[in-house]
Amino acid sequence: MILGIDVGGTHTDAALIDGCRVVKKAKVPTDNDSILLSLLEVTKEIIDNSVIPLLERVVLSTTISTNAIVQNKIERVGMLISSGPGVSFDSLNVCPDTHFLSGSINHRGKEMETLNAEEAKRALAHLTSSGIKNIGIVGKFSIRNPKHEFELMELARNQADHVTIGHNMSGRLNFPRRISTTFLNEAVWRIYREFVHNVSDFISRRGVNVPIYILKADGGVMELSGSAEFPVQTILSGPAASIMGIMATTRCKTDSFALDIGGTTTDISVFAEGVPLLEPFGVTIENKKTLIRGLRTRSIGVGGDSVVRMEKGALAIGPDREGPAAGLGGLFPTPTDAMIVLGLTTIGDFQKACNALAPLAESLCCGVKDAAMKIYTETCRKIASASVEFLNEINDAPVYTIHEMLDNRKLEPENLFAVGGPAREMAGEIARLLKTEFDIPCDPQIPVNYEIANAIGAALSRTTAELTVLADTERRLLTIAEEGSQSPIPATFTLAQTAGVCRERLRARMVNTDNFNVEPEIEIVESQEFNIVDEFYTVGRNIRVKGQIKPGIIKECR
Amino acid sequence: MTTKKLKKTGLIFFPAFDWAISPTHPEREERLLYTQDQVFEEGLLDFDNIREYKPEVAAAEDINRAHICVPDAGSVVTESHLISAGGAITAARKVLSGEVDNAFALVRPPGHHAMLVVHGARGFCNVNIEAIMIEYIRRHYGHKRIAVVDTDCHHGDGTQDIFWNDPDTLCISMHQDGRTLYPGTGFINDFGGPNALGATINIPLPPETGDEGYLSVVERVVLPILDAFKPDIVINSAGQDNHYSDPLTNMLVSAQGYARLNELLAPDIAVLEGGYSIERALPYTNVGIILAMAGLDYSHVREPDYNPEKLRQSSSVTRAIDGEIDEILDLWKHRHSMKKKVAGDARYFKRKKSIYYDTDNIRETQTETVRICDDCGGMVMIESFASTGNNIFAVVLPPRCCPECRAEGEEFYACTDHGRYNHIYFQDRDRGIFLSK
Repeated sequence: MILGIDVGGTHTDAALIDGCRVVKKAKVPTDNDSILLSLLEVTKEIIDNSVIPLLERVVLSTTISTNAIVQNKIERVGMLISSGPGVSFDSLNVCPDTHFLSGSINHRGKEMETLNAEEAKRALAHLTSSGIKNIGIVGKFSIRNPKHEFELMELARNQADHVTIGHNMSGRLNFPRRISTTFLNEAVWRIYREFVHNVSDFISRRGVNVPIYILKADGGVMELSGSAEFPVQTILSGPAASIMGIMATTRCKTDSFALDIGGTTTDISVFAEGVPLLEPFGVTIENKKTLIRGLRTRSIGVGGDSVVRMEKGALAIGPDREGPAAGLGGLFPTPTDAMIVLGLTTIGDFQKACNALAPLAESLCCGVKDAAMKIYTETCRKIASASVEFLNEINDAPVYTIHEMLDNRKLEPENLFAVGGPAREMAGEIARLLKTEFDIPCDPQIPVNYEIANAIGAALSRTTAELTVLADTERRLLTIAEEGSQSPIPATFTLAQTAGVCRERLRARMVNTDNFNVEPEIEIVESQEFNIVDEFYTVGRNIRVKGQIKPGIIKECR
Repeated sequence: MTTKKLKKTGLIFFPAFDWAISPTHPEREERLLYTQDQVFEEGLLDFDNIREYKPEVAAAEDINRAHICVPDAGSVVTESHLISAGGAITAARKVLSGEVDNAFALVRPPGHHAMLVVHGARGFCNVNIEAIMIEYIRRHYGHKRIAVVDTDCHHGDGTQDIFWNDPDTLCISMHQDGRTLYPGTGFINDFGGPNALGATINIPLPPETGDEGYLSVVERVVLPILDAFKPDIVINSAGQDNHYSDPLTNMLVSAQGYARLNELLAPDIAVLEGGYSIERALPYTNVGIILAMAGLDYSHVREPDYNPEKLRQSSSVTRAIDGEIDEILDLWKHRHSMKKKVAGDARYFKRKKSIYYDTDNIRETQTETVRICDDCGGMVMIESFASTGNNIFAVVLPPRCCPECRAEGEEFYACTDHGRYNHIYFQDRDRGIFLSK
């Protein structure tokens, strides 16, 4: 059996799964002051001594890192940055404790200027003397050559409690994002490490002795103990949990929309032949753009509890939420009140909902029922049009080869999956609007156990990984970006051999972490080979391979 | 650092990683590989005021507004050309619709050596992507006065040829002296057709001209002429082969110089042309241009081996440039009185050209006859014989064509029969009509 738990901002959900069937589920309010208490509450309901020996694994999705960042409960981090030429330091979004150091690496990973150790030591001394215990180290193009990051690591190692180095965060190019990702990882490192410690302790005290996994933003899982080095990977795993839940419960194989309609916001995502799409560069949190691989979602400020008001003679829905719907004891009219008035739902107080809508009906010069209909339709229309806009953005993404340009497949969603509080009431109307107003006919579907789809998603997600391997046959050098390793290769090294290294390394990572003894499904997502020409003669090849294990559901449950 | 005004900049990036003239040809797959690396690593696409767009694919009718392709557009272009021309069109659309303040089409293959009549590829170019874009703009956004400033190190002979007789398109080319570099043309006296004198400006520069020389030409020649011409749109044909590390040329321009040049010029649209120092120059020059166009600080964009002392142009180069500047400005001052001298009382003006297509090894001889006209750019007739065996005749009507030129042009097209020509074409840039027989 697998236990999946999603600690969300409002609720903590749990699902106990036997085979691929949900045998028990639970939902409790989240205690944001103590995530452990929420875990205790939710597990109390579904785990008893008869279940414990049958557990194979526990998977958690948690807001611990997200909350720390959003609520600014993060630690001070000293950043050592070796930049080289390029955009000015002023335009980089860096923390106050940042030191820019000399030294530069170019796009091919060649060292153009050495690091100045004395300068770096002075910067470190300055940081430690002001009480900083956490250090982040980032170099421009460090994923092409980690030399400077390693040199700084050597100097910083004994001066700090912990150090995060840029190239470990991601194999992708983007220096400003590498800086913010490294910073965030270090800033939540201590609070997350404590969480890992407490969870392990809590679980073992319950007599459970199975691997514990944690959900990442990309809808994949990593082992809890190993995750302590990469806490930032767990941010925004909430939306990922829901998407993976939809994937698991619907076994979708088509292009589809997936909506998680909440009280305040609706998260929109898109599946390509049943596989959720990833953010092209990385997720954004609190206006910080990162390199963290994450499922591609669009969050809009429209939900069941959005405040409805008149603005310039028209209905405006959201983006704010001021407590629950009027029909459920709140102060402001909401789409939920409209649905109560229309009799679409049995929750709430009909009269209170009518009273809340009355002033709006007056402004609209119509009856309360008509006003409710307008609010309901407008809410669904906002979600439908945001979904279409998101889809178009995905379909219009730039490509860089003629082949892709001519061969460019467009996503054409056939299904609309909806989860979340008002999903059942709204999915049909959203689908109707998609068809009539945007000419996208979609079949509306509400997955089974949709109210705990997030916990199911956490439970059934498999391990994911990404790896970037570069071979430069002129320099006879093979670089594994995320591992920061460089090794010699012969001048005859080929694209196929590079892809082979990529598969082998990814496989090694999986076998170490995955307790399910299945061969990982590795796919090579980028594979390019270019001549390196010096004065009209080919002197080598620049080979670039990226492999991944994409987000998916564990094999047994597909 | 002074705070500059931020601009919303569109970037159309199409490196065509799967297209090359041949594996070791300078115009090959990885030409923009390291540029892409640098643009991505600098995080330029994350700036709020920089937005990337996917290029569209140009159609044959877009090409036919700017070129006479022999035997037809489909035969002289490949998909890659349609995408790079489409990329330039996308840049123009984003600017003219007001979605962005300016745009940079960072696309390949380039186009500025492609002339009006196209029998094949020359100077790595098949079709002229700026010219296609300009005629697209006029077709869809109304007649505009347009200035092209070609900063590629090679003379923009194709663009010059296409707009030679068009008084509403100012073509300024600054390039390495034609006596020392392909295509060997672009001298000061090449000043435009008889109805468009002064709408072509050539600024040949001595080898080893540096940032100083380029910037002084821009400040003292290009900007004053632009001021007088009052264009609706300024386009930079942004070749980057003036760079000190370029393998094909002999100039000393740096990334700082490029960025400053684009800041001064403030083009509405920039279109990449040549530039073949793919590791040492393009990553830095392109980042510099993008930052300058977006109004961002480019002062840290420097090549790793940048050494301003070594790149200082000699005083003899400075003297030579100063002399040229005076000569060009003097010619420009007298542009209005030149027509009488050039055309006299003739009704038609003829010029003969012999054109070599180095990339495809084709020879062409061409006679261009323009009607002397005070009301429009003048009807043009072209007779062209190519070593491929293709012999053609074409009539071209200018934008804002006057009734007399129109009547004559239509008549010439109607009454010319095949005889010695395999193909006969009629290009009406005024009404956007293209016919052939």
